[in-house]
Amino acid sequence: MAAQPKRLLEVQVIDSVAVVSIMQGRILDDQVIQQFGEQLNGLVDQSGHQRILLNFAKVEYLSSAALGKLVVLRKKIEAVKGKLALSNIDASIFEAFKITGFDRIFKIFDEEQEALQFLQK
Amino acid sequence: MSVRPQASALLSLPECFVIPSDACAAHRIREHIAGRLREGGYPERDVMDVLQALDEAMVNAIKHGNRCDGQKQLRISFCVDQDCFQICIEDEGEGFDPNAVADPCSADRLDIPCGRGLLMMRHYMSEVSYLEPGNAVMMVKKRCGCE
Repeated sequence: MAAQPKRLLEVQVIDSVAVVSIMQGRILDDQVIQQFGEQLNGLVDQSGHQRILLNFAKVEYLSSAALGKLVVLRKKIEAVKGKLALSNIDASIFEAFKITGFDRIFKIFDEEQEALQFLQK
Repeated sequence: MSVRPQASALLSLPECFVIPSDACAAHRIREHIAGRLREGGYPERDVMDVLQALDEAMVNAIKHGNRCDGQKQLRISFCVDQDCFQICIEDEGEGFDPNAVADPCSADRLDIPCGRGLLMMRHYMSEVSYLEPGNAVMMVKKRCGCE
């Protein structure tokens, strides 16, 4: 029997914003990355969220393939004219975001509350 | 990014493994290297930086170098020193010119989900260079505090 996919995202809806905590510290291996992408896509495709806040507080490491999943999510949200914000990103991951140009295409906030205010506008 | 002649530097690394070109074998060698770094007293941050770069390099070697051909292999040699860790990952592909890889940060490519592995390797390691003909990558991680 196939193993049950691990739940990598915890979702709380606040004023129609999906506040999503990423529960996995290390998003490195192929299987986890695949599940991460599927669960991110599900926020839009299955749950129909259009305003999404991704909280990275628990994330220590992300591979380039995991970064790619964020690009896919961004495109999905753009397609439904929604909004996406990221918050609480560890300094080393933020450095990776800067060198890959992600700081130019994502709205990134230090704290969840600031990101929430941006999404509620 | 530099491309160096494939020379004795590669052969002089003391620990060498030839593994099948697949994710399970890559995972086993990754765990072995993590253990060797921890035995060598490397801080956890360094270990994780190396593992992250190693994952990116092995994915590149398996997917782009060996084109997911299960008959092909990877040669991985490394050295855990007091001050630095060196590793070489060689695939059986034709090689490539790392300088010809499109910049994933250019405005027209930021929206593309892949192609950031090399940048990540350079971010997490102290040095990254390719050996001719571009089918072997040599990476160095200086131990934290030894930069």
